[in-house]
Amino acid sequence: MDDLRELYQEVILDHSKRPRNFRRPATSNRLAKGHNPLCGDRLTLYLQVEDGRVADVAFEGSGCAISVASASLMTEMVKGKTIGEAETMFHYFHDLLTGKSEPSAPPGLEFEKLSVLAGVRDYPVRVKCATLPWHTLTAALDGKPRDEIRTE
Amino acid sequence: MTGAQRTDRLHNQPPLDVNRIRQDFPILSRLVHGKKLVFLDSGASAQKPRAVIDAIKNCYENEYANIHRGVYYLSQVATEAFEEARRKVQRFLNAAESREIIFVRGGTEAINLVAQTYGRKNIKAGDEVIISAMEHHANIVPWQMLREQTGLVLKVVPINDDGEFLLQEYEKLLSPRTKLVAVTHVSNALGTITPVREIIRLAHAKGALVLLDGCQAVPHTPIDVQELDCDFYAFSAHKLYGPSGIGVLYGKAQILEAMPPYQGGGDMIVSVTFEHTEYNGIPHKFEAGTPHISGAVGLGAAIDYVTAIGLDRIAAHEDRVLHYATERVKEIKGLRLIGTAKEKAGILSFTLPNVHPHDIGTILDKQGIAVRVGHHCAQPVMDRFDVPATARASLAVYNTNEEIDALIAGLHKVREIFG
Ligand SMILES: Cc1ncc(COP(=O)(O)O)c(C=O)c1O
Repeated sequence: MDDLRELYQEVILDHSKRPRNFRRPATSNRLAKGHNPLCGDRLTLYLQVEDGRVADVAFEGSGCAISVASASLMTEMVKGKTIGEAETMFHYFHDLLTGKSEPSAPPGLEFEKLSVLAGVRDYPVRVKCATLPWHTLTAALDGKPRDEIRTE
Repeated sequence: MTGAQRTDRLHNQPPLDVNRIRQDFPILSRLVHGKKLVFLDSGASAQKPRAVIDAIKNCYENEYANIHRGVYYLSQVATEAFEEARRKVQRFLNAAESREIIFVRGGTEAINLVAQTYGRKNIKAGDEVIISAMEHHANIVPWQMLREQTGLVLKVVPINDDGEFLLQEYEKLLSPRTKLVAVTHVSNALGTITPVREIIRLAHAKGALVLLDGCQAVPHTPIDVQELDCDFYAFSAHKLYGPSGIGVLYGKAQILEAMPPYQGGGDMIVSVTFEHTEYNGIPHKFEAGTPHISGAVGLGAAIDYVTAIGLDRIAAHEDRVLHYATERVKEIKGLRLIGTAKEKAGILSFTLPNVHPHDIGTILDKQGIAVRVGHHCAQPVMDRFDVPATARASLAVYNTNEEIDALIAGLHKVREIFG
């Protein structure tokens, strides 16, 4: 039970039940869809990138608590950051979940937030759930800017 | 046999000594995360009794050589063991002849074989193949692939909110252009037992052949292919307590004989020159290359195992546990059962409000309880019930009411964590 509390921490449950930035924004210039066929997690990520910075980020979709919480936390963290900073965060997070050793957090960015997901490390089949939003983010950042996407 | 007859027959079965049976399965005594293993995923693959493990071991330790080729003693012994396994399958399905039993890799390959041999030869553009809305991907995709090749029309029989096959809708879909009806005997996602007798009768009245996907049926109900009068029957050994990598396609001899071969290679030929090859007779025509010899032997041992207990007794036991589970889950607030057909075998699929099945799976796993979560290779079923996935407990001969109690306790934990 304690192990499970380690995985399903209050912060995670909170973010999964009330995900932040969970919406389809009126404008965005990058979009990527993520899908984890094993469990059916799906998310669509909308980014507004301006002058090399993530001016706005939001997502929609459905998935398990881990993937939704991870997406929610991610949007909070990368908002306002440069693309380079977002990528640094992704690498740190990836190492945290899959790396053999404890990665050292680069200074300056609020990495503590991500550490609530460190418990996923002990659940190898769930690592993909937690990293799905981040992979989707890199796809969106790598992708060519798209025409503006509008809500109907 | 109608549903009511099945219920009556199962009702009269004496109870099983499950604790004795559990001792036949070595894996059931192991711990998972420090907890007693509660294995509720036999629908994906069943655990193996000692008798099957020993038969495979004996095959390799004492009776192994390639088959159908050697003049020496061991090759003859191995060939005899392999062919004896075929006869066991024949008796198990009550097929008229052992040459109607073709060994394949599993249910998936059996269906692909029919699509690519019978289908490619006989199904033309505009001809129709009928499947149902509760098929496993293994009984959808091969027909879509054949559709690409031939231009056939694929029709889908709808199901109702309980997950029951709609016979009247099916009747409307049947037409003089229907060449083949390929439906599951028991649904892996819902547990529904389909009305196969009526399905077959109606198809034959229109001159269409019928393939039954028996992957989920063979572990839970006796099969008599002659009484059913089905044209093809497909199943995998691994869901029947046998090894993975082997399965069976049954086909009526005269249909199989008229079908072109599947793969080319050794064993499926009588003579080969560069100008001309003469194919072997059935079943060998469909068994190119060295088969899964120890797999067939293991399947034979699995058949002996379930036959000795009696499939009716196994089914009766599983029905009691399923009934108990169906009652007990009612105490979990908000739990929604997916698949509430009157006639069901061995499967309890469900969702909980505001908890993704994947999280249910992880929390149960920590208590040592193995259930499957996901779409169960039946995405159209998930769409039909408008859920991304379900959690599924599936039963076998070794499951007990106490294990259902553990499942219920585990689900209470899920509620506790997720509120
Ligand atoms: C109804 C049904 N059909 C077909 C299959 C495919 O069986 P296999 O993967 O053993 O070929 C399964 C297995 O999950 C099944 O449940």
